[in-house]
Amino acid sequence: MSGPDAIACVDGVAFWSPRLPGWDTASPVLAGAVEAPAGAVRRPAPALLPPTERRRAPDAVALAIEVAARACESAAMPPAELASVFATTHGDLAITDYMCANLLDAPLHTSPTRFHNSVHNAAAGYWCIAVGCHAPYTTVSVAGYSFGAGLLEALTQVATSAKPVLFVAYDTEASGPLASLVSSSGLVGAALVLAPRRGGATVADLHWSVSREKPPRATGSSQRNANLVSGNAMASCLPLFEALALRRGGVTLPAGPSLALRLEIR
Amino acid sequence: MRTLPLAVSAVTVTSALGAGIAAQVEALRERRGGLRCNDFTASPLDTWIGRVAGLEDVSVPEAGARLDSRNNRLAWLALRQDGFLDAVAEARARYGRERVALLVGTSTASIGATEEAYRALAATGTVPASLKDPVLHVAHSLGCFVQDVLGLEGVCTTVATACSSSAKVFAQAERVIRAGLADAAVVGGVDSLCGSVLFGFNSLELVAREPCRPFDVARSGISVGEAGGFALLERDGSGPWLLGSGESSDAHHMSSPHPEGLGARLALRDALATAGLEAADVGYINLHGTASARNDEVEASVVAGMFPASTQAGSTKGWTGHTLGAAGFLEASICLAALECDRAPGMLNTTALDAACGPQIRVDAAPMSRPFVLSNSFGFGGSNCVLAFGAERRP
Repeated sequence: MSGPDAIACVDGVAFWSPRLPGWDTASPVLAGAVEAPAGAVRRPAPALLPPTERRRAPDAVALAIEVAARACESAAMPPAELASVFATTHGDLAITDYMCANLLDAPLHTSPTRFHNSVHNAAAGYWCIAVGCHAPYTTVSVAGYSFGAGLLEALTQVATSAKPVLFVAYDTEASGPLASLVSSSGLVGAALVLAPRRGGATVADLHWSVSREKPPRATGSSQRNANLVSGNAMASCLPLFEALALRRGGVTLPAGPSLALRLEIR
Repeated sequence: MRTLPLAVSAVTVTSALGAGIAAQVEALRERRGGLRCNDFTASPLDTWIGRVAGLEDVSVPEAGARLDSRNNRLAWLALRQDGFLDAVAEARARYGRERVALLVGTSTASIGATEEAYRALAATGTVPASLKDPVLHVAHSLGCFVQDVLGLEGVCTTVATACSSSAKVFAQAERVIRAGLADAAVVGGVDSLCGSVLFGFNSLELVAREPCRPFDVARSGISVGEAGGFALLERDGSGPWLLGSGESSDAHHMSSPHPEGLGARLALRDALATAGLEAADVGYINLHGTASARNDEVEASVVAGMFPASTQAGSTKGWTGHTLGAAGFLEASICLAALECDRAPGMLNTTALDAACGPQIRVDAAPMSRPFVLSNSFGFGGSNCVLAFGAERRP
């Protein structure tokens, strides 16, 4: 399959999971230089939100805002200017569980707040409100291919707009009966600021292309690292973040049942 | 910053007005609405809905059987109208199945199936095998189903940005084609009735007890509907044309529009700019016009401030209800029909216009001043998208 053989620059990187809560912690672990800390943090507390909102925010919102803010910070880029692509397989699973369970118990007493938090784009909407961003965002789900396909949409936007784009990927933990229907545990959030050309904050060049592969084969991450995020629906982001921690390497991400996103980090 | 104009080579849509484009055009012309008293929810809810008849009896093909659901039945019913499957087969043969992108929008996809699984678990303690595929319970249930039944193998995503979802896929298609990732794109939107959305809007006190009355001074809220539709977009063709699009964020509130319509203005400005149009070129705007108090007030003042009196504007939700994630597509297809018939459809159920309405917002149907149209979609989470279409490739 032909397609662009293009370059985007990685200007900002962020990562969060309970065992690797932040890129500063995650990067040396993923590079194989140190062991992961023994403890686990339940969920992030994004400094961007005022304390009350920080407590009230659903997991998906807290997670997405934390990594989005950290990626912009490391890119030294004002978040209010950035178009964004949010990728999440499931949105907020705890809220979906509430909506479905409540329908059986007390539909006329549905919580209006939980209803508007149930939309797939809740985290993106709250992000724009928090940073005063009027640039467009999109939120995509591509089932098990959400990370690769979402990143492909972000790279496509960088190529066509010639402007930087914020890419945020996250998934939360399934609870209640939903946990017997879909599988996702813990929290994983990851974000990148992708720019069309090199700047002062650029940490790596990302050469990208798509290829037709049936089925596409993901590049594996080390078993030691995979265990740190296993079970989460967005764990497929790990090989790219390993390569970013090492500042080199080739990564293939499945972006569909017969579509692969090939990345070369230099 | 002009974008790449794309020919809309084929289009189909199904709503409470019926299956296929002709059913929509006839109902609009005859001023025959598709709303009825809620007969959908398991527990009673006093409201009106735009329900697609006969979905319960639709059977999906083998290729999509694992994802059988109300939403995907609606997708399949829509795909079979207006010769759309043949148009896709031709595109698949012409470009190759990996070079036709598939970009669809929805707000809740098959969540109705998830609700059904919860009901089954509560009643019997087990989930039937037909509801066990995990993909059925994610938003991409829609994209996956359509990809399987159309046999497409290129770029495929499901966009879920609430009520702007299936407008944004047109803008995404233009990017994907311009970037060289595909030669053509099937875009679409499908959203179906489900309990969580009806009771959710009820909790926000946004559903009307009567058929919705967009821009009426006495409007009392929305009527929730369902719809599905698809279009084939290509670089070349005879038109009509997708000329441009504008996307923006309100950055104001999750479920209430920016009070001055800032995001709406930005999206309108960019749609005109990318299409190379002036406000005076626009013959008709299909408004978001949900019949909620706030949306219609803000949208009316934005239109009054940006467009001349020669531009007609109105909401068609009095006919179809608010079809949420499918609204962007449904109303884009109504805009394309308006271009084809040279007729702006006016509004249904609206008797006395709100004082915020300028001369653009009309109840009666009329021919258009110019062959260029806009479609507004403004969603929860402050996500806005405006599409520009024209009968000609260049204004």
